[in-house]
Amino acid sequence: MKKIIIPVFMLCVSLNAQNPSAREIIEKVDKNMSADSRVFTSKMIIHNPRNTRTIESKSWSMGEKKSYTEYLSPPREQGTKMLKLDDQLWIFSPETDRIIQISGHMLRQSVMGSDLSYEDMMEDPHLLNHYIGKTEGEEKVSDRDCWVIALTANTPDVAYQTQKVWVDKNRFIPLKKELYAKSGVLLKRMELSDVKQIQGRWYPEKILFKDVLKEGDGTEFQIMEIEFNTKIPEYIFSKASLKK
Amino acid sequence: MIRFLLRGILRDKQRSLLPVVIVIIGVMLTVFLFCWLRGILNDSIELNARFNAGHVKIMTAAYAKNVDQIPNDLALIGVDTLLTKLKKEFPDMKWGQRIHFGGLIDAPDSKGETRAQGPAVGFGIDMLSGDHSEIERFNLEKSLRRGRLPVHSREILMSEEFSRKLKVNPGDTVTLIGSTMNGSMAMSNYTVSGTIVFGTGPMDQGSVIVDLKDVRNALDMDNAAGEIVGYLKDNYYDEEKIGQVVARFNRLFPVSNDEYAPVIITLRQQNSLGDMIDEIKGIGAFAVFIFVLSMSLVLWNAGLLGGLRRYPEFGIRLAIGEDYSHIYKTMIYESILIGLIGSFIGTSIGLLISLYMQKHGLDLSSMLKNATILMPAVFHTQITSAAFFIGFIPGLLSTVIGTMLSGIGIYKRKTAQLFKELEA
Repeated sequence: MKKIIIPVFMLCVSLNAQNPSAREIIEKVDKNMSADSRVFTSKMIIHNPRNTRTIESKSWSMGEKKSYTEYLSPPREQGTKMLKLDDQLWIFSPETDRIIQISGHMLRQSVMGSDLSYEDMMEDPHLLNHYIGKTEGEEKVSDRDCWVIALTANTPDVAYQTQKVWVDKNRFIPLKKELYAKSGVLLKRMELSDVKQIQGRWYPEKILFKDVLKEGDGTEFQIMEIEFNTKIPEYIFSKASLKK
Repeated sequence: MIRFLLRGILRDKQRSLLPVVIVIIGVMLTVFLFCWLRGILNDSIELNARFNAGHVKIMTAAYAKNVDQIPNDLALIGVDTLLTKLKKEFPDMKWGQRIHFGGLIDAPDSKGETRAQGPAVGFGIDMLSGDHSEIERFNLEKSLRRGRLPVHSREILMSEEFSRKLKVNPGDTVTLIGSTMNGSMAMSNYTVSGTIVFGTGPMDQGSVIVDLKDVRNALDMDNAAGEIVGYLKDNYYDEEKIGQVVARFNRLFPVSNDEYAPVIITLRQQNSLGDMIDEIKGIGAFAVFIFVLSMSLVLWNAGLLGGLRRYPEFGIRLAIGEDYSHIYKTMIYESILIGLIGSFIGTSIGLLISLYMQKHGLDLSSMLKNATILMPAVFHTQITSAAFFIGFIPGLLSTVIGTMLSGIGIYKRKTAQLFKELEA
């Protein structure tokens, strides 16, 4: 009997070692995707049904609560700045020389007509802080083996109640995401690609967002430059910096 | 014989006064009711045509499908070329470009921080090009309460109620926060040049009017417009003429699968106005029918009473040899005369009241404060050519029918019993 039980037990242990728990997977994803602070320059290519527009911006973020973005181009958007502190957002428009505050539901509106919301654009949430994961299976995405993880929110203040995430088994990077509302309606799809190693972590340099409730071919979000865990002066995250 | 009967009617007040008074009252009410319904219909059509629907409206097919959402991302582009073509092909029409938009009006304090904010529905219309058509359509000069109309770029008109809600006065600066044609957030500053009262609940609650060029700049809608509205040159909505315009437009711009291709819709096809027109017409016809019916019953009753009152008279007339049918005929002729006199006087009084109401109207703004549909707050009557004869139909018809019904009793009188009755 012992001869059977021990090999079976060993097999189970080894299988378990090969298949980390959903929590472990999310933890590793967070290590790659999130940071204490980030500074990045990005390009949004918005594919509307009638035209394609490119918007460049530079963003600074610290933790989950503080974020600041300045738009660099096109000329119409140049100089527009956005500051997000917790669940409040201030937008500075150089044309009006005014700072307007938006909050609540408005944060889920589209940024510059893209498929990203202000929350998508300016938040860097640690999945583990807001979701409980459950491994649903394994699938291939872009020829890479992935775990399919279902995430369910355990905090009330998240933009998406549930998410389905396809996580690259080797690099622990989501390659595909589906974001759902509380009602179970699919809101957005994300495809993450151009995964590169940056400062010792895997990171996707290109994300295709598709708001399924919106017409068009989605928005490509391209990281041009990114720095993790860099020191950001505190004044950046103040309203005074918006008018500077 | 007519002169004889007329003399009888005029001299014998007991015989004619009551039926004539009833006909006068009935006809007067019919004429007034008819003019009132026509007035409501006309005011509503005119109001919707001026502010919103035009006699026809041209939009992209996609915009037309979601018109309630004001989807400026689906607006017409290359509008200048389209307008040139429209002006050339439809010389009997006047055209105007418009951009409807939604947004927030933000009033700053002295430090530039938000002091008050409110949702607004905006109209981008041509006010500064020198063409006053849109200013006239929106009746802006008469609607002005404070300040003046915009004469410079970056000036805005606000509804009086909205300006008071935000505590904004002419000369103050406000910021319009909206969305560009591409969906970006748009912020632009304007100086309030004046305030206006439209006289319609929904528009007075939170409307702003900005020059078309300024709206185009603000919403990144260069050479674009949400809608092109068209009006017949005489400003009167004529379904037949509009039908011809639509047919001609559809020949010039055949229906295609391109959702951004221009499509034309008529006033009837917008905001359930067609249903409203039909409903009011239906209600009008029904009201007149009910009135004819009730008047007939009233006059039948009056005729019966008259018949009873004139029972001895008919008896004597039969006794001295007058024919049944002759008496019946004279009764009907009499009723025709009574109907004509009553209808003439009733129509005249009804028209006079309607004329007064057409000029001054009835202000129901306090009752329509919370109305969410575009309806006039001051109701006017409208005198049309039909109003001059509509009263004659029930006035004459019901009197004659009433008399015909009550007069049948004459034929039941027995000559043999007449003398007994007369002796009694």
